[in-house]
Amino acid sequence: MALAKLKLLAASTAAALAVIGCAGTGGGMAVKSATGIPLGATGPHAVQPLPDKPRFGQPLSEADLGAWNIDIRARDGAGLPPGRGTVAQGKKIYEAKCTACHGVDAKGGAVYGTMVGGIGSFKGSPRVVTPGSMYPYAPILFDYIRRTMPMDSPQTMTTDEIYAVSAYMLNLNGLLPADGAVDQNSMAQIKMPNRDGFLVDDRPDSRAVRCMTNCK
Amino acid sequence: MSEKTQVSSAPSTRKKKNLLPVEIDAQLQSMDRRRFLGKGMAMAGTTLAAGAVGATAASAAPLPVPESNRSMGKPIPATEYGIPSKFEKHVVRRRTDVFVNRQNWSDWSMTPLQYQPGIITPNGLIFERHHAGTPDIDPAAHRLVIHGMVRQPLTFAMDDLVRYPSVSRFYFHECSGNGLADWLKPASKTVQQTHGLLSGVLWTGVPAATLLEEAGIDPKAKWVLFEGADGSAHTRSIPIEKVLDDTMIVYAMNGEALRPENGYPVRVVIPGWEGNVSVKWLRRIKLGEEPWHFRSETARYTDPLPEGKWRQFSMVMECKSVITSPSGGQTLKRPGFYEVTGLAWSGAGKVRHVDVSFDGGQNWREATLEEPIMDKCLTRFKIGWNWNGGPAVLMSRAVDSTGYVQPSVQDLQKTRAIVGFVQHHNAIQPWIVGAKGEVTNGIGKA
Repeated sequence: MALAKLKLLAASTAAALAVIGCAGTGGGMAVKSATGIPLGATGPHAVQPLPDKPRFGQPLSEADLGAWNIDIRARDGAGLPPGRGTVAQGKKIYEAKCTACHGVDAKGGAVYGTMVGGIGSFKGSPRVVTPGSMYPYAPILFDYIRRTMPMDSPQTMTTDEIYAVSAYMLNLNGLLPADGAVDQNSMAQIKMPNRDGFLVDDRPDSRAVRCMTNCK
Repeated sequence: MSEKTQVSSAPSTRKKKNLLPVEIDAQLQSMDRRRFLGKGMAMAGTTLAAGAVGATAASAAPLPVPESNRSMGKPIPATEYGIPSKFEKHVVRRRTDVFVNRQNWSDWSMTPLQYQPGIITPNGLIFERHHAGTPDIDPAAHRLVIHGMVRQPLTFAMDDLVRYPSVSRFYFHECSGNGLADWLKPASKTVQQTHGLLSGVLWTGVPAATLLEEAGIDPKAKWVLFEGADGSAHTRSIPIEKVLDDTMIVYAMNGEALRPENGYPVRVVIPGWEGNVSVKWLRRIKLGEEPWHFRSETARYTDPLPEGKWRQFSMVMECKSVITSPSGGQTLKRPGFYEVTGLAWSGAGKVRHVDVSFDGGQNWREATLEEPIMDKCLTRFKIGWNWNGGPAVLMSRAVDSTGYVQPSVQDLQKTRAIVGFVQHHNAIQPWIVGAKGEVTNGIGKA
């Protein structure tokens, strides 16, 4: 019963795309997802009709995933694990693990540029892109540091260490006091300056015409 | 992409032998001239060329029997993976050398489009973009997981994935950063440097929908996370409609297993969209109600707009084209006939027209599109041109099946902020032909 429902869902999704696709000719990317993202060209629908669908996946439980399940939903911090870290702890960890590439106080080092400042720079040039100026949500710090840092040994820091380095980054960017800390509840509450800085894809945004002679 | 970089000047192009109707060196070399004539390019057919042919023919000895006719060649070894001729060693991927990163793990290399005929890029020449280098993954140990808003989380071994009914499809693959060094003034010299974050590939794998449907899709799921098993655990959020439509879970490319640098043993391919969403070394797929807003879809891979804003989730690669021959760094050897050729593509459909201008965009002629013309795939265009020996500015302009016309940089500047590290550059590329036949990058000049 449930399977039949799901088949129906898949079929109706494909049908909906096909209908919109036909209606949307003659002017760019008319087909959009339910959340408003332009999809470009749809199809050919990749699923082959199969009388007997093979099923080779092995069931597992969410608990079996363990340390694989590392994504954080940045808007509300869903997925942040229990833990806490202070700015002071983060400074020590940063100086041991991060300075070689990112420099003292994250002002830029041998390999990467500054991770501090840039708030208010986007209406001019250059735009100084840092976690402070660019991230719309603070939990991106936790997610990104956990999955990538330190670059030569990612996914080796403890949860508290990741919170601490995140807190230090927020402090360097003026978004957390020097005696501050972050935990799984407080991180998503921090109002980031660029939270409203993003517009969903609205292309095509150009209106070039196909002129053939005496065009300039 | 990596934020800390230094810009260096484009390297000089070294003298190369080649099988192209143009020289890769600014200076004619007598040896190259003989090779050129030997290749039947005397079709140039001008008085000048004919004179050269006559002079050569009169003074030359009868054609010698080549050494290869008088000896045994290399025998067939018991096993071998074939490699290109030793005379083709200049046809290589090159690490980005215009926009230079200070490390080469989160870095990229570029496809030598100037040497690519047709629409398929050989596996050893497909561009790379990694965020923490290329991992070396044992397929026997690798697992792919689907979980989140599904009825039953599932794990798949590689042995499982290859048992499903497979699909093979041709698609272009392009990095959102293709062209980022050349918006307002020329920084790059060759088409490899300007457009080499582009390849054409036949991908083979399983429709993502097959695996998602097996896990059982919660009707409330709207977005799908794809995560890599590399040192960056690179991750993107993709609308479920695209995943159920044409997205593939891929284990082979151009007739063989994925190369390590292209995602071995398994990756996702999201056709027509910016390359980085097609997460390599795929280990995890998770269904959710909303996007995750990862760093890779907020602080990176977003486009500056006026008033300090940024465009997010701009994933479709819009219609674009470029002339690959003649192109920057090459030299037209003499006036006469040239086949002008290049590539066109669109993430929004098929290429319908490509127009070529020889006078900097004043007048245009429609080029011939070579079959097959496939959806979200590279299309080869060709047009004959009789170079009169004078200065010229060559441009191509593609139109796709939605009616979208490839814009100029000036067109894009009307709605975007071209400031800093700007992606999604699909504007027209001018190549300037000088009086001596030398071809240079004309971006911002023409």
